[in-house]
Amino acid sequence: MNSTQKVVKFRGGVHPREGKELTASKELRIAPLLEKYIVPIRQSIGAPPALCVKKGDAVKKGQRIAEPGGFVSVPLHSPTSGTVGDVVEIIGVTGAAEQAVEIIADGNDEWGSGLDPIPNWENTDRDLLKKRILDAGIVGMGGAAFPTHVKLSPPPEKHIDTLIINGAECEPFLTADHRLMLEKGEAALIGASIAAKILKVNRIFIGIEENKPDAIQKLTELAPKYKINVVPLRVRYPQGAEKQLIYELTGRKVLEGGLPMDVGCVVMNIGTAAAVHNAVVLGEPLIERITTVTGSPVADPANWLFRIGTPISKALELCGGVTTAPAKVIMGGPMMGFAQSNIDVPITKNSSGVLLMAPEEVEQFSGNPCIRCGRCVASCPMNLLIPQLSVMVEAEKFDMAEHNYVMDCMECGICAYVCPAKRPLVQHFRRAKAEILAKRRKK
Amino acid sequence: MDTIILSVIVVGITGMVLGGFIAVAAKKFAVELDPRIDEVAGMLPGANCGGCGFAGCSDLAKNIVEGNAPAGRCPVCTAETVEKIAAFLGQSAEKKEKMVAVVLCSGTLSNSKMAAGYNGVLDCRSANIMNGGGKACRFGCIGFGTCTRTCKFGAIEVIDGLAVVHPELCVGCGQCAEVCPRKMIKLVPATTQVHVYCNSLEKPVLRRKKCAGACISCRKCIKAEPEKMSSQGFMVRVNYSNAPDASIVEKAQCPAKCLLTPEEHLKAVRDGIKKNEGAA
Repeated sequence: MNSTQKVVKFRGGVHPREGKELTASKELRIAPLLEKYIVPIRQSIGAPPALCVKKGDAVKKGQRIAEPGGFVSVPLHSPTSGTVGDVVEIIGVTGAAEQAVEIIADGNDEWGSGLDPIPNWENTDRDLLKKRILDAGIVGMGGAAFPTHVKLSPPPEKHIDTLIINGAECEPFLTADHRLMLEKGEAALIGASIAAKILKVNRIFIGIEENKPDAIQKLTELAPKYKINVVPLRVRYPQGAEKQLIYELTGRKVLEGGLPMDVGCVVMNIGTAAAVHNAVVLGEPLIERITTVTGSPVADPANWLFRIGTPISKALELCGGVTTAPAKVIMGGPMMGFAQSNIDVPITKNSSGVLLMAPEEVEQFSGNPCIRCGRCVASCPMNLLIPQLSVMVEAEKFDMAEHNYVMDCMECGICAYVCPAKRPLVQHFRRAKAEILAKRRKK
Repeated sequence: MDTIILSVIVVGITGMVLGGFIAVAAKKFAVELDPRIDEVAGMLPGANCGGCGFAGCSDLAKNIVEGNAPAGRCPVCTAETVEKIAAFLGQSAEKKEKMVAVVLCSGTLSNSKMAAGYNGVLDCRSANIMNGGGKACRFGCIGFGTCTRTCKFGAIEVIDGLAVVHPELCVGCGQCAEVCPRKMIKLVPATTQVHVYCNSLEKPVLRRKKCAGACISCRKCIKAEPEKMSSQGFMVRVNYSNAPDASIVEKAQCPAKCLLTPEEHLKAVRDGIKKNEGAA
């Protein structure tokens, strides 16, 4: 297939207010060292890692502080040099209590990761590269935090022929990936090449939404050297959703309950690709990430390179605080992010943004009965019958909802966004998915 | 006239033939039904609450008669009914203590500090996956009344954002404890006279910042009746296997007004007054 020729478009989707102008043109800033970091111990899908340091231990920057708890698990590293503080219980991003370890900085910020750079990665064994990605604690940085070494180890019966790097950044307000492509584009391309080598794949796409022409231009200039195709994509939320991205780039459909590897694809966020580069070429574990701090109440919205474990209250201080009292603090973007009830939540490996919304931007609503307008059905990218599903969940008919493919819901938030009755649809589906998963586990 | 006679004859013969079929089938395919099942089902409450774990009262009756369940399996039945069933089946009834549910929380809306506004689904289980509703305390009652809607006996009421069990109506079926996403509804012996109405595991200073009704872990009650109270970390509880009587309220003088009888608790919740104006 000619990579520049568009043959298919995914169904549905919306085009919300972008809000990216607040931060898109601002250069990346590097956050100064804090006195204390609060590092959540579990930052990925899968088994929680086990802490391997104790209170009072001296740690170096990048030193391993927790061992993986299984195959689908990654180690954790200290964001700076200093001493290990208490293990505290914090309220995590999702509102559940979780364990976090405090790292008290000594101010020297001295490296001690024990990972040697592998500049000659092209001639290095694939398993060694994969091990390095595990040792560096890399997880998907787009949001789901799935361990990358697992993603790069598809079962042998699956034939992978395409690696897709996701630079779409379709979520409104967020520009972290945009700035990364502009300022660390080469690193991301090298990271993509490393991942392609591990997967033994020759076809690499980078999909970027057309609202980032400078990033497209920059990567198109760099890409031929790495034999990577840069593909501009139409601006449509959720363009960066895995299944939609695969469909627009390759024309392949991931069926119900399926994974990208079922259609020979592996999808990786561009931030993850850059982290793979840092881990392999520079020998740096994943201890920092680019996060957009934005929203109209923020005095000076910008993209920052934060250490993992920076509380969002500190992040907001760096942005000059707020000009008006925000009505909502959201970790992530406005469509898929989680509203927060406390601002001491630390930034984790998958925090792509911190978004503040002013009172006039937030709808204060309580859900009303469905008026059957069908807007949600018209815009659902997964073709779900949302009015029926929501009624099933309200009636607690979870079996029926399962038969009607509620598990395919990716919680993109479009239905709740377009609903004129302001029904809390995503919450309904999240509940249904949780109930169905709990039932499956019981079996 | 002939037509009428003919039709009577034809219908009569058809009826007799089909009746014969039914008579044969009834003998040949007869299902042996224990008549005692219906009798026992009649003695059970008939609310089909599911508290016994079987699919309704008649299913429990079948299992009791078949010996798969003890006569006292129904959590709702009074001791007399259990004895009656046992006597009917020629078994001896084992003594069973009546249990009631209790919501160990003082977090009414007027007591609680709110962490955030919540305008999602008004169901505790839905709220629990979204930051747990608006209240700051994450151990207490969410207060959207999932238990109230589940209770078949009308024994739980949500007053000022806090579920309160009326022990005189509660039959102890345990369905509310099953649906509560915080798993904070406890089944306790119905004879218990006092409870500590706080479920928080946090440090007292933190929990008092979130709720004016929280226990301050001063342990005055434990000092008053060391044998009859228990504590787990910062959480103080009545020792339900050896519960104190109502006089402990006088003796302990709980400064947080957390150690109360169910009636006093209900009154405090109804009044909606902050128990301790100094806190929160």
